[in-house]
Amino acid sequence: MTDSNLTTSDAAIRRQLLREFWFYFSQNRGAVLGLAVFVLLVLTAVFASLLAPHDPTQQYRDALLVPPVWAEGGRAEFLLGTDAVGRDMLSRLIHGSQYSLFIGIVVVAIALTGGVVIGLIAGFYGGWVDSVIMRVMDVILAFPSLLLALVLVAVLGPGLTNAMIAIAIVYQPHFARLARAAVMGEKAREYVAAARVAGASNLRLMFRTILPNCLAPLIVQATLSFSSAVLDSAALGFLGMGAQPPTPEWGTMLAEAREFILRAWWVVTFPGLAILTSVLAINLMGDGLRDALDPKLKRS
Amino acid sequence: MSIFSPRMLAASALAVMAAAPLHAKTFVYCSEGSPEGFDPAPYTAGTTFDASGHAVYNRLVQFKPGTTEIEPALAESWEVSEDGLEYTFKLRQGVKFHANDKFTPSRDFNADDVIFTFERQANADHPWNQYLAGITYEYYSSMEMDKLIKSIEKIDDNTVKFTLNQPEAPFLANVAMPFVSILSKEYADTLEAAGTREDLNNAPIGTGPFRFVAYQKDAVIRYQKNADYWGEAPKIDDLVFAITPDASVRLQKLKAGECHLMPYPAPADLDDIRADPNLKLDEQPGLNVGYLAYNTTVAPFDNPQVRKALNMAMDKQAMIEAVYQGSAEVAKNPIPPTMWSYNDAVEDDAYDPEAAKKMLEDAGVTDLSMEVWAMPVQRPYMPNARRAAEMIQADFDKVGVKVKIVSYEWGEYLKKSMEEGREGAVILGWTGDNGDPDNFLSVLLSCASAAPGGANRAFWCNEEFSDLLARAKATSDPAERTSLYEQAQVIFKDQAPWATLAHSTQYVPMARNVTGFVQSPLGDYTFESVDLTE
Amino acid sequence: MIRFILSKLLYLVPTLLGITLVAFGFIRLLPGDPVLLMAGERGVSPERYAQIAAQLGYDKPVWQQYLGYLGDLLQGDLGNSLVTKRPVLDEFLALFPATVELGLVAILIAAFVGVPVGVIAAIKRGSWFDQISMTGALIGFSMPIFWWGLLLIILFSGILGWTPVSGRISLMYYFPPVTGFMLIDSLLSGQDGAFASAVSHLILPSIVLDTIPLAVIARQTRSAMLEVMGEDYVRTARAKGLPPARVIGVHALRNAMIPVITTIGLQIGVLMAGAILTETIFSWPGIGKWMIDSISRRDYPVVQSGLLLIAGIVMIVNLIVDLTYGLINPRIRHQ
Repeated sequence: MTDSNLTTSDAAIRRQLLREFWFYFSQNRGAVLGLAVFVLLVLTAVFASLLAPHDPTQQYRDALLVPPVWAEGGRAEFLLGTDAVGRDMLSRLIHGSQYSLFIGIVVVAIALTGGVVIGLIAGFYGGWVDSVIMRVMDVILAFPSLLLALVLVAVLGPGLTNAMIAIAIVYQPHFARLARAAVMGEKAREYVAAARVAGASNLRLMFRTILPNCLAPLIVQATLSFSSAVLDSAALGFLGMGAQPPTPEWGTMLAEAREFILRAWWVVTFPGLAILTSVLAINLMGDGLRDALDPKLKRS
Repeated sequence: MSIFSPRMLAASALAVMAAAPLHAKTFVYCSEGSPEGFDPAPYTAGTTFDASGHAVYNRLVQFKPGTTEIEPALAESWEVSEDGLEYTFKLRQGVKFHANDKFTPSRDFNADDVIFTFERQANADHPWNQYLAGITYEYYSSMEMDKLIKSIEKIDDNTVKFTLNQPEAPFLANVAMPFVSILSKEYADTLEAAGTREDLNNAPIGTGPFRFVAYQKDAVIRYQKNADYWGEAPKIDDLVFAITPDASVRLQKLKAGECHLMPYPAPADLDDIRADPNLKLDEQPGLNVGYLAYNTTVAPFDNPQVRKALNMAMDKQAMIEAVYQGSAEVAKNPIPPTMWSYNDAVEDDAYDPEAAKKMLEDAGVTDLSMEVWAMPVQRPYMPNARRAAEMIQADFDKVGVKVKIVSYEWGEYLKKSMEEGREGAVILGWTGDNGDPDNFLSVLLSCASAAPGGANRAFWCNEEFSDLLARAKATSDPAERTSLYEQAQVIFKDQAPWATLAHSTQYVPMARNVTGFVQSPLGDYTFESVDLTE
Repeated sequence: MIRFILSKLLYLVPTLLGITLVAFGFIRLLPGDPVLLMAGERGVSPERYAQIAAQLGYDKPVWQQYLGYLGDLLQGDLGNSLVTKRPVLDEFLALFPATVELGLVAILIAAFVGVPVGVIAAIKRGSWFDQISMTGALIGFSMPIFWWGLLLIILFSGILGWTPVSGRISLMYYFPPVTGFMLIDSLLSGQDGAFASAVSHLILPSIVLDTIPLAVIARQTRSAMLEVMGEDYVRTARAKGLPPARVIGVHALRNAMIPVITTIGLQIGVLMAGAILTETIFSWPGIGKWMIDSISRRDYPVVQSGLLLIAGIVMIVNLIVDLTYGLINPRIRHQ
């Protein structure tokens, strides 16, 4: 009886928190705009094959480097023009959204899980375990992220999957540090001590008791990492180490387009614009999230 | 400030000297990569040879501009003994080495320099053999000079005699190659005394048309014309290599007038270059071949009929359009048409999927599935192997052969493709080193090169073919050699160890006012004859 | 203070050791090897391969190679490049000034533009200046800089012809390097127009490279200022009737600078990553491009020592930032 009472009030608190969160989030017009664009992006990715007018890898040999429809020489069937081997730019961009979202989600998932587990362990046990783990994180952080990712991809072999793994490895120290700092702060708090006295196991303490109380900074870091992952994977693709042609990944498309920068502005402009727009949307959302989750900034 | 001042004073004095007004004719070449160093012997890249071997140095003999024929250079003349074992070179007299701020030659070029050049590569105990840590002489060993040369003798100051272990007709072509560019022994001695041996590689002294001035790593190399050049003096005063690895940036610089000539334009830019009134485009068939090598030791590819059938299933013309953007010609022989002894009478297997299908059935081959290997890098002979493999995949599918495309990292690719019993067919190619047919046929198709460490990726060992090559090597009569190589090409076509894909075209875009540039079939970039008109 | 510095330095030792292990280990895990790449299409016979491998020391067990490498490092020997055969340190020193010059110019622009913009945006919170500059900063922060660089090239070099396409200075000018910094060397050379030429070559690359740091610094300054201006002592100072300029200049700005300096320090790593892309796009002869080329050529000594040098520099810069932080904010020191 008491149990169910507790649950209802828990749920009520959660609803209350959510409502408050949405209130602050929606105060920020940029964040709402970002969210809207992001939702559009997700819809585009989900319904890519329905939206795209052409197959993204279909080569129209009679339509090489056709400019966008409004430019001179443009053709109605290729709204944003075609690339060097006659593939429809619009269709490739639409399908590219799948890759960018997928990369963001996978990278954040790996980096978040790995980083949180490592950070929790370091912070919870302390001592030499903490020292060793944090020195390893220092080593990773000492390398410029893109350079380390490049070396990792070279080791694993160029390709989308390996690029994602490399970027995730490079990102996870940030999560580990956050999680560790939060655990160290929370460990001494009363509710943890209480749970421990009540006989909670270490695992339960770490994941059920402490973790939920330090989620806010992790969520903010996750959005940041999401947008950086999209940027960095595009950069790897641009350097020829990410997704391999003919994958319509935006960075890879830019790399292929580089030789045409003076002849065909559209093959260079649109993929970059797509990257910029989606990263911008995610960052706008991230700003809103931070404002809504960070009580300090809420005040001012 | 005070720490810097002595150096700064010295440097600004230098700067004043260097600041003398630039001469009217400065020629800028947008090169595609940095030289590995300026000693041509230990390195293998063409960019290194352009920057060192061709600009700064000369060899005993050289390739006549625009051809692969041998003509005298530092050797005025030579005699070959009856048995083909002794080569006696008469050296040119009065040839001056360059000078720089640390070295002024006290004597002209002579036999000691020739012996120094060869000895230090041949003899591991030579004091200059290991003057840089970890240095190896790749060309000297891969051209098998170590096995070939028995002794080098100085007859007098101006005569040198080479004795070989066996007769070798391509020997003269070998000594025209950049890795045996003649160095100054006197310079080496000076560096030895000064304790700065590495300067042999950093500040080269040669006899060539241009004097090395300075190199800023990955940015620019500067040369001045050698006023004392023994040949016809260069018409330009200063030569500058502006290192620009990216093809589109090179073209932009060329268009902006920041350089006068560039190598390796992107095939996609060719039309644009042709349309530009300020530019002109020189083109010439390259000395190369791109091929698909079957493993002739593995069934069913051990059957020449199967290989021939697959060759007939391939639409090579379509591949030229899509992969080479039209800047190549279909290959039928393993050597390119610009090479002497090219057998034009050989007929290519015509594209005929129907006949191919029937031939496969006759050979009892059904439900064949195979691997096609696509190289991970671009080469002039194969600009996009992945795309080529995709086209082969589509073509083979039409005759009922399923293709799986595989690729590895470049080093792995080279290694694995040479492993015995390898699956599938490999896309690869070759660019000639010295214009001798032996440099294609023996290296790529002889029995000897089918062994580990060779380059015969078809593992094709045909006694008759290899015997023809050996005979051609042992005679120095060009007519006889030609006829032997022509017969060899007939055997090759009949046995079809490869699908010969294409010979790509070499393009050199340059500013309209550039004159006198002669394309080398070997892909060298030399500037001793170029000039700029107003 | 000295103990503080020493303890910080001591911390670096295990990290540096870890870096050597990572740098050495990773490069050995790369598929393919330098001897095969050098031989190319021609191939190399097993005997010759063994000979070269022995000469380079690659026939020994990997742990022995690692210990040998550490021994060399302690003696200040970073090894020789397999491709050019020249000492890695020489190559690094030849290229590093170009990267530093570009990076310094970028970070200086970022700091001198970003901080004032952030301060003004904070003071005039909600004004059009705040909105526009912060929107700009967010766009900059979200920018794929390799694309941005290409766009700038198309516009300024291609269409308008205002800036040179690539390189560090016009080839018309030639003087031997003194400091390695083209801006300084061109002034020292005394040649007319050399400095202007060096500047014009720097414009586009430094704009591209400072896009992200500028955005980050402006945003960070603004939020640090906002936070400080909400603190009690600033409110007190205001309440006491101190002139606003003094409140902002002395009290708020000084305290807000602490996180901003950390941010600027942290941008060094970002700059290094950006340098890889910027140098690739503009054919800038610096260490970013050098590393990429060396990775693809499997030039083991260059990659392992280059990674070590770069990571070491990032760590030392971070240490300096830490120390500065300690100087400005004595509370940290005594903890």
